[in-house]
Amino acid sequence: MDFESYDVLIVGGGLAGIRAAIAAVEANPRVRVGLVSKVYPMRSHTVSAEGGAAAALGPGDSYESHAFDTIKGSDYLADQDVVEAFVREAPTEIIQMEHWGCPWSRNADGSIAVRPFGGMTTWRTCFAADKSGFHMLHAVFQTSLKYPQITRHDEAFVTKLLVEDSHCVGVVALDIRTGRFDAITAKSVILATGGLGRVYAFTTNGNICTGDGMALAYRAGVGLKDMEMVQFHPTGLPFTGILITEAVRGEGGYLLNSAGERFLKRYVPNKMELGPRDIISRAMITEFEEGRGFEGPHGKYMHLDVRHLGEKMIDRKLPFMRELGREFVGIDIVHDPIPVRPVQHYMMGGVDANISGETEILGLYAAGECANVGLNGGNRLGSNSLSECLVFGAAAGRAAAHYAASAKAPTANPVAAMLWDEARRVESEYLEKKGGNERIGPIREEMQREMDAGAGVFRNKDGLSRLARNLGGLRERFEKVKIDDSSRTFNTEIVAALELDFMLEVSSVMVFAALAREESRGAHARRDFPERDDKQFLKHTVAFHTNTLAPRLEYSEVHITHFQPQARSY
Amino acid sequence: MPDKTITIRATRFDPDKDQEPRLQSYEVPFFDESMVVLDALNHIKAHIDGSLSYRWSCRMGICGSCGMMVNGTPKLTCNAFLRDFWPRPVTVQPLNNFPVIRDLVIDMDDFMHKLKLIKPWIIRKQELPLGAGEHRQTNDQIDDFRQFSECINCMLCYSACPVYGLNNEFLGPAAIALARRYNLDSRDQGLKERLPHIADSEGIWECSFVGECSVVCPKGVDPAKAIQQTKLDTTMRFVLPYGNRE
Repeated sequence: MDFESYDVLIVGGGLAGIRAAIAAVEANPRVRVGLVSKVYPMRSHTVSAEGGAAAALGPGDSYESHAFDTIKGSDYLADQDVVEAFVREAPTEIIQMEHWGCPWSRNADGSIAVRPFGGMTTWRTCFAADKSGFHMLHAVFQTSLKYPQITRHDEAFVTKLLVEDSHCVGVVALDIRTGRFDAITAKSVILATGGLGRVYAFTTNGNICTGDGMALAYRAGVGLKDMEMVQFHPTGLPFTGILITEAVRGEGGYLLNSAGERFLKRYVPNKMELGPRDIISRAMITEFEEGRGFEGPHGKYMHLDVRHLGEKMIDRKLPFMRELGREFVGIDIVHDPIPVRPVQHYMMGGVDANISGETEILGLYAAGECANVGLNGGNRLGSNSLSECLVFGAAAGRAAAHYAASAKAPTANPVAAMLWDEARRVESEYLEKKGGNERIGPIREEMQREMDAGAGVFRNKDGLSRLARNLGGLRERFEKVKIDDSSRTFNTEIVAALELDFMLEVSSVMVFAALAREESRGAHARRDFPERDDKQFLKHTVAFHTNTLAPRLEYSEVHITHFQPQARSY
Repeated sequence: MPDKTITIRATRFDPDKDQEPRLQSYEVPFFDESMVVLDALNHIKAHIDGSLSYRWSCRMGICGSCGMMVNGTPKLTCNAFLRDFWPRPVTVQPLNNFPVIRDLVIDMDDFMHKLKLIKPWIIRKQELPLGAGEHRQTNDQIDDFRQFSECINCMLCYSACPVYGLNNEFLGPAAIALARRYNLDSRDQGLKERLPHIADSEGIWECSFVGECSVVCPKGVDPAKAIQQTKLDTTMRFVLPYGNRE
């Protein structure tokens, strides 16, 4: 049997995945790269990133300052050696993006401009107006088209990693258009599948952010690290969850409660609107609870006010925000305050990977939001994630190309057998299943509501325990799911079922990891354990797959180099 | 008072079973003024008929996945509000001028091929080494190409283009706008490499400046302008032997 075969296979076509593909080819021009994505790459969720990408480029900046801000922002759960390597690589990657055509906004002298961002002590966020992710993704994707070594498999959904003798040798993918299952083999595989925001109802994340890579790695035996660390962005539009960029505050916008007060003075007096996301989200919820939020048809909200910035500045620096306000809220942000409330935005946790993206399985790498290389710890600083995709996407691409040069080609017979087994599994569980009376949509919606309620900005033992039980109930219901769609052609219901399977898997991990971390650190705020506890919990949670819903939890050391943990105040 | 509903008529077509596409009606609860056509499709898929197929992701008008014909006009369904149609029904069909794979899903391989053809990357005679830092480029220089860089590849312009409708050899509005984006970029020196693919491709001279592409663009890109400018570039190439910017 013949399979498509590559040296390096990348799963995911967002910023990290494409950056990895180009890095692999540039490291070794003979490398053949496959890029599998469940959507056309330019649809990847990188496209929705707005504010910018951090790098210590400016004359007044330093690596040390960027590193310290990141580590303090992480509530000391970041691995400091990883942060130090990251801040050194980030400026080069920003320049590389410039050479690839990214239309970075400029200073008067034509150099790349920077803007202030939350938790950063100096201006270091490079931006392309307020569509930074869109421009970066299109620039890197369009650039990737010039490399004949890169072959794309668009709209193919990976259902399983192929692991042979503890080496990753490829994937099984469902070709969405034809319904065919293919084995795509490779000497090394990079997961770059992005986040999992869709386990929540209220999220900035697109429909495609379903934790696929995390679930794939977890089922293959790789640990998921710090899955209790979920970022809630302070400023999402009520109802839709559309992201209003932190750059709005970076450029001088005010966050106001229903009394018209810049309430952050009580929480982050030295930083105000430029405090870190975890603390500002908690401040907003606290204000809501104490009766100082606005009441609207879609729940409580605050005002984000940029009226004092003036039309010219708004059109220059925040044109997309004006467009979003006009189109999705029916307001003009030049004249009206923007209604906002905290919204799930980013997953700090992910596939346990080292500084080169290597996981515990030989030949398997991870990069971008789906990975946890130790950069973000308990709370990611805004604008570090686009840079993370570049730095660690490139690192994983180079490492995977290097590994592929000496790895042996996968053997055909076991691959054929694994492909057959996997295709049979999906067909019998979904397509050919008789009986079953549960629908995907209601189970997914209930999971999302439960996660919003139990694993939100604030958590406690009761809520998390109830959530764990309810997720168990949803898993049982999912076993009885019935698919309406029997077609082989572009069967999006099968894809939705596979995604829900993955989401139920990763959400359970999140809840059990959150239950076990009996302290408050970064974005993980336990009402029943409000203090950080460095004695017991200055360590990474690493969750491993078991035969039950509950993972086996282990803990690993946080790498501390130069910055000893201190109290975190702003 | 009974809860408000809206009628959605969506194209159904499964090539494995159907000879012809047909419209199927669904009654969808319309419970919030903020609801868009995409929300209605998602309700159908989650609660009425899981087999309805369509593409979507960001639901904020930037990923470009969810373009469909909405009552005959190409639109992003994430940005087409039900309140603008109710109480009339909303008819949702796949984008015009494309082969249909299934239901509301079009085949856009043709565009992906054309995108690559126009070499949408910075071309330079000599690459600047990374150590030399960034190319200097002012915001005014970015303004020269900014609007053409805003294309989200949503395909609405192709579905509105009468020329593409008749002749799909035509490179089409988005691809020409993106070629223009690079040709106008002060960092780029690839005009000469791109121009033959653009100007000599079929159709550009048939574009009658109807301008429908620019009207339907959800991002304010003006592909019609790009096409006219490209015609001019091409003419200049023959009139002025040294007329190309290097």
